[in-house]
Amino acid sequence: MRTFGKLLLLLGVISSLSGCSHANNRQETITAVGSSALQPLIEAGGEKYSQKNPQAYINVQGGGSGTGLAQIQQGAVAIGNSDVFAEQKKGIQAQNLIDHKVCVVAVVPVVNRQVPLNNLSTTQLQAIFMGKITNWQQVGGPRLPITIINRAQGSGTRMIFEQQVMQGQPFKKAPEQDSSGMVRQIVKNTPGAISYVAWPYLTQDLKPLAIDQIKLTTANVAQNRWKIWAYEHLYTTKNPNKLTRQFIKFILSEQFQEQEVRQMHYIPMKQMRYQQDAHGRVSSKE
Amino acid sequence: MDPIAKNLKQRSLSAKIETKGRLITQLCTVLIVLLVLAIFGFIATKGLTLFFHDHGSLWSFFSGTTWSPDKVDSHRQPVIGALPMIVGSFTVTLLAVLVATPFAIAAAIFMTEISPQKGNKILQPVIELLVGIPSVVYGFIGLAVIVPFVQKIAGGSGFGILAGALVLFVMILPTITSMTVDALKAVPRYYREASLALGATRWQTIYKVTLRAGAPGIMTAVIFGMSRAFGEALAVQMVIGNAILMPSSLTSPSTTLTSVLTMNMGNTVMGTTSNDALWTLALLLLLMSLVFNIVIKYLAKRGALS
Repeated sequence: MRTFGKLLLLLGVISSLSGCSHANNRQETITAVGSSALQPLIEAGGEKYSQKNPQAYINVQGGGSGTGLAQIQQGAVAIGNSDVFAEQKKGIQAQNLIDHKVCVVAVVPVVNRQVPLNNLSTTQLQAIFMGKITNWQQVGGPRLPITIINRAQGSGTRMIFEQQVMQGQPFKKAPEQDSSGMVRQIVKNTPGAISYVAWPYLTQDLKPLAIDQIKLTTANVAQNRWKIWAYEHLYTTKNPNKLTRQFIKFILSEQFQEQEVRQMHYIPMKQMRYQQDAHGRVSSKE
Repeated sequence: MDPIAKNLKQRSLSAKIETKGRLITQLCTVLIVLLVLAIFGFIATKGLTLFFHDHGSLWSFFSGTTWSPDKVDSHRQPVIGALPMIVGSFTVTLLAVLVATPFAIAAAIFMTEISPQKGNKILQPVIELLVGIPSVVYGFIGLAVIVPFVQKIAGGSGFGILAGALVLFVMILPTITSMTVDALKAVPRYYREASLALGATRWQTIYKVTLRAGAPGIMTAVIFGMSRAFGEALAVQMVIGNAILMPSSLTSPSTTLTSVLTMNMGNTVMGTTSNDALWTLALLLLLMSLVFNIVIKYLAKRGALS
């Protein structure tokens, strides 16, 4: 029994010691969770911010826009990243959250490099994802079956694509992947594959398509000639802490918007000539 | 009082320690049991919400083929057809077990009957190593090797039940093998000796005596493999394609109960129908593992050598 008591005492001492050391070099951490389309930007932002403020650490995790909104609603994280308005997600009480729009992201249809097409019309694209067109031959390509790769339900990228391209038509049931990285990998390796990714995830492995002869460029998105775009949101609760407020301010700063946001193929808010509301209605700013 | 009498009347130190020890073990056991009951209760209440609160119909859950729990059909009931994933789960599992069992039995016979020395030296460590590999590694190999392989042979994307079953085959092979080895080792030596004494060859002894006597144990091994395959999530999710579709062939993309869970759990909000539907899938998985356990218990009881 005596040894047991000693052991307890020892444990107590150890825990109090570690508690002290913890308090001494205390680091402030906030967690941002959600959209994988926005993740690279927030990660880069977090790194930059930590360089300037070494005691602050921004922990960035993916998981999808749905996760971001669900977690911020529960108050489990400081920032919920989302590609969609909170109003568009079932079960989210948008009035309890504050929306910070940080930039715009464009979504682009991509195909396997072996598909020799460079352009599809909106109707063709819609018909392909509805399953009405099943062979590349039907849109002027070679005789090759079309393999659709979709994103998981609740993915923000999918919701953007669904809203702007499908316009209420149902997707064909197709393989689903839960990350942009997996989509990239599969489209790269599967002949005849088509999918869609957020612009920041577009690499040399994939072939982007023009839609109605309009290519994906920053200017085209800003002028709403490229229709598949949406805001990237950072959602916070009504009373975010100081670090959260400062970090969002940093992301919205002129310097960060002009450098990282542009370099990583997001579109700065300032550049947009058009605006979108929570119901997907687009209107000119002028 | 007489010191000896006093000593005898008092509880000794060892007796006290004994009581304390018993108390601790009992407490721990009760805690485990409570934990299991709590998990069961939690998943059951969560899983049944779909039927009682969200008005989902049990019939459409088991027979419908369209899964979009956030939408409602013409009867104002959520669209919760889980049949494609149920079929997917069972097909992948059965196929994997079907392929793995012959290999496992052959390896086990080699290790117990034909060359125990080599078996123990080479095969045993290899099998133990296979058990220890994390499932994500299996999935990764499946994605890099098996999917392109299936794609080359059968065309299409390569994702599907076949790729899933092949990955699971490698994953459950060590489980079935090592349990089959145990089953065959448990067959008494005198069974074999009697058979050989009657003039049976080694093959006849293996085939007609050892395997027959070990059959209940081998069945248990197979069920264990099945329950592992049924519950595996990550590795299967990486190669099966995740399309909530009735599988039309072995190479058409399809999905399993576990993949639907892992793909969607982060994207749903607590309290919505989509979230409740996922809990129902979890409940189904739990019930299935319960069934597997009951079958194993039954086999063990029947198989006890009399």
